[in-house]
Amino acid sequence: MVKVEIWGSLRNATDGQSHVEVTGATFKQILDALAQDYPGLRPQIERGVSLAIDGQIYKESWFTPVHPDSEVVLMPLMAGG
Amino acid sequence: MALDHDTKRDFKIIGTRPLRPDGIDKVTGRAQYGADQSAAGMLVAKMLRSPHAHAKILSIDTKAAEALSGVKAIITAADFGDMRKGEAMNVRDHIMARDRALYDGHGVAAVAAINEATAKAALALIKVEYEILPHVTEIADAMRPDAPVVNAGFVQENAPKGYSENVVSAHEFGHGDLAAGFAKADKIISRTLKTAATHQGYIEPHACLASMGPDGRGELWCCTQGQFYIRTLCAEILGIEESQLRVTASEIGGGFGGKTTAFIEPVALVLSRKAGHPVKMVMDREEVFKASGPTVSSEIDVKIGMTKDGRITAGQAELRYQGGAFPNMTNWLGAQCAFAAYDLEAVNAIGINILTNRPKQAAYRAPGAPMAIYAIEAVVDELCEELDLDPLDVRLKNAARKGTKSSYGPTFDEIGLVATLEAAKIHPHYAAPLGPNQARGLSCGFWFNFGGNTSVSLGINFDGTVGITEGNPDIGGSRASISMMAAEELGIPYDKVRTIVADTNSIGHNDVTDGSRVTFAVGLATIKAARAAIKEMCKRAAKMWGIDEDAVIWEDGYAKPAGQNAGEFEPLSLAKIARKSANTGGPIAGHHEVNADGAGVSFGVHLVDVEVDPETGFTKVLRYTVFQDAGKAIHPDYVEGQMQGGAVQGIGWALNEEYIYGADGKLQNAGFLDYRIPVASDLPKIDTVILEIPNPGHPYGVRGVGETSIVPPLAAISNAVSRAIGVRMDQLPMSPPRVLKAIKGAKG
Amino acid sequence: MKKLHINTSINGNSAEFLCDPDATLLSVLRDQLNLTGAKEGCGSGDCGACSVTVNGRLVASCLVLAAEVEGAEITTIEGMAEGEVLHPLQKKFLEHAALQCGVCTPGILVAAKALLEKNPDPSETEVRFWLAGNLCRCTGYDKIINAVMDAAAEMRGA
Repeated sequence: MVKVEIWGSLRNATDGQSHVEVTGATFKQILDALAQDYPGLRPQIERGVSLAIDGQIYKESWFTPVHPDSEVVLMPLMAGG
Repeated sequence: MALDHDTKRDFKIIGTRPLRPDGIDKVTGRAQYGADQSAAGMLVAKMLRSPHAHAKILSIDTKAAEALSGVKAIITAADFGDMRKGEAMNVRDHIMARDRALYDGHGVAAVAAINEATAKAALALIKVEYEILPHVTEIADAMRPDAPVVNAGFVQENAPKGYSENVVSAHEFGHGDLAAGFAKADKIISRTLKTAATHQGYIEPHACLASMGPDGRGELWCCTQGQFYIRTLCAEILGIEESQLRVTASEIGGGFGGKTTAFIEPVALVLSRKAGHPVKMVMDREEVFKASGPTVSSEIDVKIGMTKDGRITAGQAELRYQGGAFPNMTNWLGAQCAFAAYDLEAVNAIGINILTNRPKQAAYRAPGAPMAIYAIEAVVDELCEELDLDPLDVRLKNAARKGTKSSYGPTFDEIGLVATLEAAKIHPHYAAPLGPNQARGLSCGFWFNFGGNTSVSLGINFDGTVGITEGNPDIGGSRASISMMAAEELGIPYDKVRTIVADTNSIGHNDVTDGSRVTFAVGLATIKAARAAIKEMCKRAAKMWGIDEDAVIWEDGYAKPAGQNAGEFEPLSLAKIARKSANTGGPIAGHHEVNADGAGVSFGVHLVDVEVDPETGFTKVLRYTVFQDAGKAIHPDYVEGQMQGGAVQGIGWALNEEYIYGADGKLQNAGFLDYRIPVASDLPKIDTVILEIPNPGHPYGVRGVGETSIVPPLAAISNAVSRAIGVRMDQLPMSPPRVLKAIKGAKG
Repeated sequence: MKKLHINTSINGNSAEFLCDPDATLLSVLRDQLNLTGAKEGCGSGDCGACSVTVNGRLVASCLVLAAEVEGAEITTIEGMAEGEVLHPLQKKFLEHAALQCGVCTPGILVAAKALLEKNPDPSETEVRFWLAGNLCRCTGYDKIINAVMDAAAEMRGA
C-alpha cells in the first residue's frame, strides 16, 4: 500500500481524510486506484492531476515507479508562462 | 524518467558568454517576425469587435459588407466547428462570440479583403443588433449571489456554496493545525490585499499568415510560444487532422505567457479556407489589450501569526482570482505558491476562480504566483516591522530548505532559498545607507518550473559540424544555450553547432515554451541526443580500429581507446569520424524524445530601495538587486536578462500597470500611453547575483529562471513604499494618487 | 482615393512609390518597399519600434505620413551596417546581449545612433531619457544602456 496525500478541496471525496492508502507501484496504478477506491476524485482526475513522488512533480508519465515508502502527493495539473 | 544524478561540474563552454546565433539578423532588421511575412495573392483580415461588455447578439447582417468590392470572405462564430467541451472550445469562444458577447472587444465577425482599407470599410458595413445585458468586471461584484451570470456551465463540484454561478472552482492546500499555530503566536496580522490585472505587454502584437487550400491542407506562420499547441488548437477548432496543418513559428517579439494560446490564428485559417487565398491577420495594440489574454486580478485575505523572535507559527490565505469570462488555473497555482518560501507547521491556502466580463486570461510569467506571494510577503514584512525584527533574518529563520514539507505538499529536495537569502544578507546593498523618504524592501519569490514533452534531433554533418533541430521558439537566447550544451557534451567549439527552431512537420512534438522549461527540458534532450551521437561515433571508431565498441571512450571531442588493453590508436576527432561516416555505416545522428520530469523549483530574493515624494506620491526606484538560484547558468548573460526583465515587469506591476474598467464595463486604457509600462528613464540599474545550486534532475544542474523573477518585485516594492511613508500599502499598483491618498489618510 | 507619387531617398538609394494620402511612412516601408526591419508595436507613437530618421531627425514612422517624405532622406535599420561591417552599436548590442526577443532592437538601434550623432559622449542618464520613447519588455533596459555607453566610448576612441 502507498500513502497518498490529497489536497484540501478533494477531501470531501475521501471522508475528510488528508491521506489515503491505495495499492499501486506506478503513477498510473496509483491514479487508477484512487479513482476506483474514491469515485468522488474522478472528476478532478479526469480534468487533470499531477503526482509528486518523493519531491518531484510528474505530470503525465504513467510508468514512473512508486515505492511503498515513497512520499506521494496528489496535485492539480499545471501550466506556466 | 530516472533522474540523472551524475551532474557534470567542470565545464569548458557552459558559463561562458558567446554571441547568440540569431543576433545578427536581429540587429540588422532581417529577422522575420509574425507580421513580416507576406504571400502572393494575400488578403488582409480584420475583426469586428463588440463595443459592449456583455450583450446578446440578436443578428449579424453582413450583406452590405459582402457586396463591397474587394471583400473576399466574411465569417462569424457559425463558421467554426461545433465541439462542445475542452480548452479548444473555450479558446474558440473567447476569440469569436457565439450568441453573446462576453467582454468589451469580443470578436463578432471577421473580414478578409484585398487590402486593409477595404477590410476596415467592410467592418463598418456589418450591422450587428445587440441586446445589452448587465455586466460585471470586478471580483466582489461577480461573487454576489444575484450577480449577472457571465458564462454558465463551468461550476465544478469543489466550488464554494452561497455565491453566484461565476464562482467556478476552489482548491485548498496546506497541512497542520491552524488554531494551534495561531495560539502560539505573539502577534497575528490579518489583511486583505488587491492586485490589478496587468498585460504581458510584449511589443509585437499577435500576427499570422494563414493559407488553406481546397484540399483542406493548411500552412500557418505565426508568432507563438508553441507551434505544436497552436496546431492542436487550430485543428480542433477547424475540425481537421493535425497532419493537415503545418505551423511555422516566426521569430517571436516577446510572449511572457501571452503567446501560449490562440487569438487570431483560427480566424485567419477559416477566412483563408473560405476565400481561397492566403490571409494575413495582425492585431493592433488596442486589440491586443482588449482581446488577448491579460493576467488575473486578485483579492487576497491573509492571516499570519509570528512569535516575538520571528518564527511564523501559522499562515492562512484565501485567494480570489478573476481571469475573465472563462475558467483558468491560476487559483490553484497561486494557492500552492503562496507560502512556498516558508517552513511551516500549520498552513492553509484556498484559491477561488471567479468569472467576469473581461477577456480570458492567459499565462503571464509564473501565473498566479506574483499576486499570492505579494500578499503573503507584505504581511510578513508588516509583522517584522511591528515586532521590530530584521526582515531578512526572519526570512532566514523560516526559510524552506531541503527536507521541508512544502506548503503545497511534497517535501523539498535541494533548493536554493537559504543560499539566496544569505547572499542578499552579505551583499553591500543590504547595508547601504538610506536618505529621507527612502526605504528598503525585500521579498522572496518562487516558481515550480516545468519540464514536459520534448523532442530534439542532432545531426553530425560530414564536415564535422553539427546541426540541431528543436521545436521551441527562441524567446530570449535559447538557440545559444542549446548550442552551448551540445558543444559542451560533444567536446567541440560552440561555433561548430547551429540550432534551428523547426516547424511542426520537421521534428516530433514539443510542448509550449512555458513554465521556464526550455533550457531545462530542451537542454536535457539535447545533451541526451548528443550522447546518442557520441555512442554511434564511438562505434564507428571501434570499427575503424577493429576493436570492441565498449573499448572506446569519448573525451573532449575525440574517440579514444579506453585503456592500454584496448590497443594503441591515435584518437579520432569528431570531424575525422564525420568525414568517414559514409564509409563506416552512413550518416551519424542522435535524437532524444522525453516527457521531462525533474524540473527543479527556483527561488529568488529581491532587494529594492525606493524614495517616495511626499508631495506627489511618486515612487522612484533607486536601487535594485536580484538574487536567484539558476541551478546552473548556461549562458549567464541571458540568465541575467531573465532576472532583469522579470524584475522590471514586476516594477511596472507594482507601480503603474493596471487594467482600468469603467462603470460601463469598457476598458479605459487600451494603449501604451495610458497603460504605462516601465521605460528606461524610470529605472536604475538592475543588479543581479546568480546562485547555482544544481538541480539533481538535469545533467548540468539547470533550473528554469524565466518566471521566478517576476514574483518578488510586487511585495519588495510594496514593503519599501510602506516603510518609506509609514503606512502599509495594500493595493497594486501603487500609483501616485493611491500613495498620496495613503499618506494623507495617515495624517488624518 | 487618388494615389500620390513620392520621390525620396532611403538608406542612400533613391526610391519612388505611390501611396494613398493617408498611408503612413511605416506602412509604405513595410508593405510596399519590403523594409520590414521597422516594426509596428502600437501605431500610436508610444513604443518606438518603428523608429527611422527623416533628414537626420528621429521619428516614429507610424506617425509620419508617407506623403511627407517627398525629397527627404530616410534611414532605416536596414541601412545601418555597411556591407559586412556592423555599426559599433550593432556590434555592442550583440556583445552585451542587449536583446532578448529582438523586436524592439531595430528601433532602439536607430534611436541610439541618432543620439550619438547629436551627443557622442552622453551620460547614462541622458541615454536613459533619450531612449525613454523606445519600449523594451524583455531586458529591463540594463544591457541596452551598457551597450550604448560602450559603443559611444568606442566611437569616440575611433
